Amino acid sequence: MLADKDRIFTNLYGFESPGIDAAMKRGDWDGTKDIIAKGQDWIIGEMKESGLRGRGGAGFPTGLKWSFMPKESDGRPSYLVVNADEGEPGTCKDRDLMRHDPHKLIEGCLIAGFAMRAVAAYIYIRGEFYREAEALEQAIEEARAKGFLGKDACGSGYSFDVHVHRGAGAYICGEETALIESLEGKKGQPRLKPPFPANVGVWGCPTTVNNVESIAVAPTILRRGAGWFSGLGRPNNTGTKVFSISGHVNKPCNVEEEMGIPLKELIEKHAGGVRGGWDNLLAVIPGGSSVPILPKSICDTVLMDFDSLREHQSGLGTAAVIVMDKSTDVVKAIARLSEFYKHESCGQCTPCREGTGWMWRVMERLVTGEAEKSEIDTLLEVTKQIEGHTICALGDAAAWPIQGLMRHFRPEVEARIENYHAKAAE
Amino acid sequence: MNAPAKFAWTAENEAAAQKHIAKYPEGKQQSAVMPLLDIAQRQNGGHVTQEIMEYIGKYLGMAPIRVQEVASFYTMYNHKPVGTHHVQVCGTTPCWLRGADDIMDACVKRLGIKKGETTADGMFTLGEVECAGACVNGPMVSIGDDYFEDLTPESVVALLDKLAKGEAIKPGPQVDRQTSAPEGGPTTLLGKAKSDSKEGDA
Repeated sequence: MLADKDRIFTNLYGFESPGIDAAMKRGDWDGTKDIIAKGQDWIIGEMKESGLRGRGGAGFPTGLKWSFMPKESDGRPSYLVVNADEGEPGTCKDRDLMRHDPHKLIEGCLIAGFAMRAVAAYIYIRGEFYREAEALEQAIEEARAKGFLGKDACGSGYSFDVHVHRGAGAYICGEETALIESLEGKKGQPRLKPPFPANVGVWGCPTTVNNVESIAVAPTILRRGAGWFSGLGRPNNTGTKVFSISGHVNKPCNVEEEMGIPLKELIEKHAGGVRGGWDNLLAVIPGGSSVPILPKSICDTVLMDFDSLREHQSGLGTAAVIVMDKSTDVVKAIARLSEFYKHESCGQCTPCREGTGWMWRVMERLVTGEAEKSEIDTLLEVTKQIEGHTICALGDAAAWPIQGLMRHFRPEVEARIENYHAKAAE
Repeated sequence: MNAPAKFAWTAENEAAAQKHIAKYPEGKQQSAVMPLLDIAQRQNGGHVTQEIMEYIGKYLGMAPIRVQEVASFYTMYNHKPVGTHHVQVCGTTPCWLRGADDIMDACVKRLGIKKGETTADGMFTLGEVECAGACVNGPMVSIGDDYFEDLTPESVVALLDKLAKGEAIKPGPQVDRQTSAPEGGPTTLLGKAKSDSKEGDA
């Protein structure tokens, strides 16, 4: 278990004030000027060395991402955009970081923004997080009042500001190019890549989009050293991670733990165990709704990190652990996710727009068993025709939960079809 | 019905709108369309109209259709009147696993309306939303700008009863629990002295 001294988010639950004085007592804004004085190359080098992989789901190395930004401006300013459009079902970690520890994010914006030579950061926060946006605005005001932001931020000689932009209810804006469209005042439909945001992002300018947690951990990594962070977890899966544990556990919660913690240990130590005991576990979705479900046999031993979950054809995603006990109608649980993706498809690409609705309607019939067994293969074939054939990953995200269900629970689906037909024949 | 008064910013909202526009680079005022729609919706009592979209289009120098595209794309803009209290039940899988259907049923029964409807007295509108991002505190509803979490059918009805009587309700978990910490108390940072988390402490 992660030692308390190695926790980054020491006010995760909001026992203390999110205000700047309390934040500074917790270690935020400590020596920010000195960090900036070490220069862009040092910061990016240290971030690469730390092994931090993006905390928004894809796990792309953060330091490497920052290094893609232009070192010399061609006349266009550069921007940092923080993806706070947290909406992947199961995920509610960034919410805590923003409402309880906002100064870690604001300080991170300054440091990351400086490292990528950006003039400003825009934090794009989902519209429903109204109170969290207020907390960020408050923290920004406090930082400006102390001279930590604005002209000559922290006395570093660097000018930088941070702004909050509220979304208005669209899951798709968590996709970085949809988010950029939305920030420009348009409907959030993803852009074709290339060009990538680091070349052409918001308002046609070089832009890097990072998850809240990736930015919020940066100041602590730079203060304590890349070696400290990379010493936690496993190679290629380093550091700490905020996990959200929801569903059929005795005590659902958010908790910061070491990367690579066994799933079973995570659930039993922090979430009070599975309702009815570990043997009552049916399955877990380990990384938010988009990643494939895992049956208990894999949950018994799997480690919670990118590579271990990938070995089992699932993923760490946002580290949102959705637990289902044996009372769960697992087909319905996945069908509800299919409904979610149908609702959230932006409608731009035909395979996703038509396919998400089509998959959901078949899934709803599979819930009752009103189907033919051959339709399972047809459904899987359709998931393959959507996966990889759309501009963004929403199509993939809609396909994977169904593929995961059939990989591990196909006999359950088939039994349901048999029962339905047996009843109908009576 | 008389023709409604023409929409124009209140002085306070005009100032708020200008504050938003100032966040974005010069000439990029279109970026402010979302916050401005939100402000206008609040000023108008909870929904946007064709007139408001045209007003904002003019205000930001955007074609009205571009404003309409945005206003119809995002789910938080309402295009018909909503009640004083907009109750939205999260129904996505993490909340569903913990009884979101029962929460919805309790709301339907208490309010006497179906999903998407408004009570005759204009007090409540009931809706279902997709994942609100409070999954470890499910099941939950949002009412206006606040989240009400860790609900039971009884506790959500108690909230609605209070609102109907004009009483204040307390956001956050409706059980004895600190935000997203495990019920009964946290499992981490137990030895931590208050505000003493600087590096080097062992």
